[in-house]
Amino acid sequence: MVVIFIDLEITTYNSLIYLINTKFMSTMLDAKIPSGPINEKWTDFKSHVPLVNPANKRNIEVIVVGTGLAGASAAASLAELGYKVKAFCFQDSPRRAHSIAAQGGINAAKNYQNDGDSVFRLFYDTIKGGDYRAREGNVHRLAEVSGSIIDQCVAQGVPFAREYGGLLSNRSFGGTQVQRTFYAAGQTGQQLLLGAYSALQRQIGLGNVTMMTRHEMMDVVMIDGKARGIIARDLISGKLERHFGHAVLLCTGGYGNVFYLSTNAMGSNVSATWKAHRKGAFFANPCYTQIHPTCIPVSGDHQSKLTLMSESLRNDGRIWVPKKQNDTRLSIDIPEEERDYYLERRYPAFGNLVPRDIASRAAKERCDAGYGVGTSKMAVYLDFAEAILRYGKGEANKQGIHEATSEQLQEMGKGVIKEKYGNLFDMYKQITGEDPYQLPMRIYPAVHYTMGGLWVDYNLMTTVPGLYALGEANFSDHGANRLGASALMQGLADGYFVLPYTIGAYLASDIRTKAIPTDSPEFVQAEIEVQERINKMMSIKGTKSVDYFHKKLGKIMWDKCGMARNEKGLNEAILEIRGLIKEFWSDVRIPGDTDEFNPELEKAGRVADFLELGELMCVDALNRNESCGGHFREEYQTEDGEALRDDENFAYVAAWEYKAPSEFELHKEDLVFENVKIAQRSYK
Amino acid sequence: MNLSLKIWRQKNANSEGKFQQYDVQGISEDMSFLEMFDVLNERLINEGDTPVAFDHDCREGICGMCSMYINGQPHGPGKNVTTCQLHMRSFKDGDTITVEPWRAKAFPIVKDLAVNRSAFDRIISAGGYVSVNTGNAQDANSLPIAKDNADDAFMAAACIGCGACVAACVNSSAMLFTSAKISQLALLPQGQAERAMRAEKMVAQMDTEGFGACSVTGACEAECPKGISLENIARMNREYYGAVLSSK
Repeated sequence: MVVIFIDLEITTYNSLIYLINTKFMSTMLDAKIPSGPINEKWTDFKSHVPLVNPANKRNIEVIVVGTGLAGASAAASLAELGYKVKAFCFQDSPRRAHSIAAQGGINAAKNYQNDGDSVFRLFYDTIKGGDYRAREGNVHRLAEVSGSIIDQCVAQGVPFAREYGGLLSNRSFGGTQVQRTFYAAGQTGQQLLLGAYSALQRQIGLGNVTMMTRHEMMDVVMIDGKARGIIARDLISGKLERHFGHAVLLCTGGYGNVFYLSTNAMGSNVSATWKAHRKGAFFANPCYTQIHPTCIPVSGDHQSKLTLMSESLRNDGRIWVPKKQNDTRLSIDIPEEERDYYLERRYPAFGNLVPRDIASRAAKERCDAGYGVGTSKMAVYLDFAEAILRYGKGEANKQGIHEATSEQLQEMGKGVIKEKYGNLFDMYKQITGEDPYQLPMRIYPAVHYTMGGLWVDYNLMTTVPGLYALGEANFSDHGANRLGASALMQGLADGYFVLPYTIGAYLASDIRTKAIPTDSPEFVQAEIEVQERINKMMSIKGTKSVDYFHKKLGKIMWDKCGMARNEKGLNEAILEIRGLIKEFWSDVRIPGDTDEFNPELEKAGRVADFLELGELMCVDALNRNESCGGHFREEYQTEDGEALRDDENFAYVAAWEYKAPSEFELHKEDLVFENVKIAQRSYK
Repeated sequence: MNLSLKIWRQKNANSEGKFQQYDVQGISEDMSFLEMFDVLNERLINEGDTPVAFDHDCREGICGMCSMYINGQPHGPGKNVTTCQLHMRSFKDGDTITVEPWRAKAFPIVKDLAVNRSAFDRIISAGGYVSVNTGNAQDANSLPIAKDNADDAFMAAACIGCGACVAACVNSSAMLFTSAKISQLALLPQGQAERAMRAEKMVAQMDTEGFGACSVTGACEAECPKGISLENIARMNREYYGAVLSSK
């Protein structure tokens, strides 16, 4: 039950609605986690899950929406198994999915560095990193299959970084004390996605996958309570199409673009999962968003997106601000003793490699207190000077140069840094016009990833039978905060090694279902509804562009449901968003026609869904009267400003059911910790 | 700064296109080229006009979706940069900027500045992979690869498939794109089993799609936003002739 303190007359009515909406909580959700010891669950499951024989697989059709790491790997793997697969992406090629932009790396419990890593440690770090809000069973499985992902990718020809001996290289990421991150310079996501894409293209060439590019999923088609297909829009011709599938997989990524400015691609959207939500799939923990600490700061109102500087930079970069408030000196003119390396000061055990939520909040704290740098004063330094010198000395030793000049050391050190992070340094220079080899980078937190998503059980099935969610689109593995280099791991785990097994549990009992003709009444009706919504939107012919609404929503979300939230702000945000929804549906202007390539119409549909999601995120944040991971409620913090969890009342997954516009019902999945001792998270 | 834009407008693949001039005011030098287009489009929408269609997605230079031919150069001035990472500080107040789509027979125009590059996907489908089903792999470290080879393979694999090489080439050749993938896999032990077949099939597909031949002008390398080297074309030629000569 939500307790609401009413401090504004206007919020009374709305607060009461939440009281009503959340009062009648349904039964607890069953995640279908196999019984038995944690390290035997997955093995045991695989040995007993029902199988579909090869002849039957040929008659079973699976729809995969989205072709990022999760979608491409699932589509390719299912096709290899013999299923008939149809894959969809809104971009002009499956290779463009936003997984491509992931920079730093992918975790795996290989223990190649002999530094004490193990499946249990990766499991433990992920649970702890997620601030004890993830599901043990799923996370352990993730850690178990992590090693196979690296094997598979290497076999595909993914060119991971290597040492001179020819073996794979590793580096560290936040929230861990081992080196378990595999990488390909600062382009790991690109290389992994191209690996999955090549496997997918191979299956397309073999005729096992039908690929529909420049297609957007507009709705899920439900028949007899099961997901049986989708309505898609051909973005070039504008035509609506009906597609049948025995099962539908949503691999459509996260919803960070609800904030307008984020590190997501311009097209990244919540529409597929939101449509599924409206058709009965519960949306879990929508308020858990990850604000990434190291991004290039906002430079002006024109900005359309924010660019990440990989977490891997924190291996070598030191974060600092001046000790003096409003210090206007150039960074290089500030002497060492007048610099505050605040992460090293506050968290000596993990230093610059604390998890993202902690690093972000610490940066905000310093800037809010007046220690920020740059023209906006909303930035901190990420400094490589010391690393350049250290690497320079290392190189000098390797080359046997005993009395190297400081210029030589600088030169050699910069060479090493270039090899490790060259593309990131180039990108920084292109965007800011400053050379990070000479001056420290200026960075500030930005929206990056969303831990929330569709609720799924152990099989990755949503609350709608036959409808699955994989990768960032689901909620299950990262709790309230994702550790760096774990998104790539989860996307590929779900697609290569989890779903191809778990889907058998559903499809084995569906082998007698013949392909349902797409002229059946459910398909016809679903298409009519999609068409009506498009017509309604186009007929408004108002005065404001889609971007106007998106920017307004983004500002509300960033100010009131961003890095810090409080009850008053969230109540206000809900009202403001409702007002904005009304304004959108009466005053949006969409140029062009429905029967042509019309990017503004695409955007309008996505922003309409973001508006509704924004409200639910605030509802969820308001319900969760505790701070955990990326969800920081100002009312709930320790004396030294750390997140204060309430395990007694909030150790559950909040899964919201859509009832009607602005009306959501809360269902809970209790989180049980049998293998990790729940404790206050400390990186000190 | 204030700028004059000459932009190619074309309703769809079947209609005729033409240049249209637009003036934009108050552009900040911190804007990216695409953000400048956002400003223009916002104005066109408010004036009841049709905004300019263009492809873009990640806006951080890695997805390969953006594709503008700016003042006669794919992705505009500057080395190793995509249109989305091109910033307005590369231009001066009063400049006239001409913007066209990629022009190639194998890249039909979709609308305005957006083109269809699915020919690239079909080239990959023809052989740009290692045939290894999920679950077939051995332990990753059981296959040591010399660092130099791994690094060279990575350099080739950095291709983003944007098509600038085709747009830059007088023959609209896709040799740089195709050779980057052939090189990556030829340099690695994983790619050996299918090496000959891959070269033959991918080159055949490239020809089927209607891309031109290579006359080694080097324009592709000069304009490639990811610095993919001409060496890859040399390697592809070796791979291809080797494959044809040993063909059964």
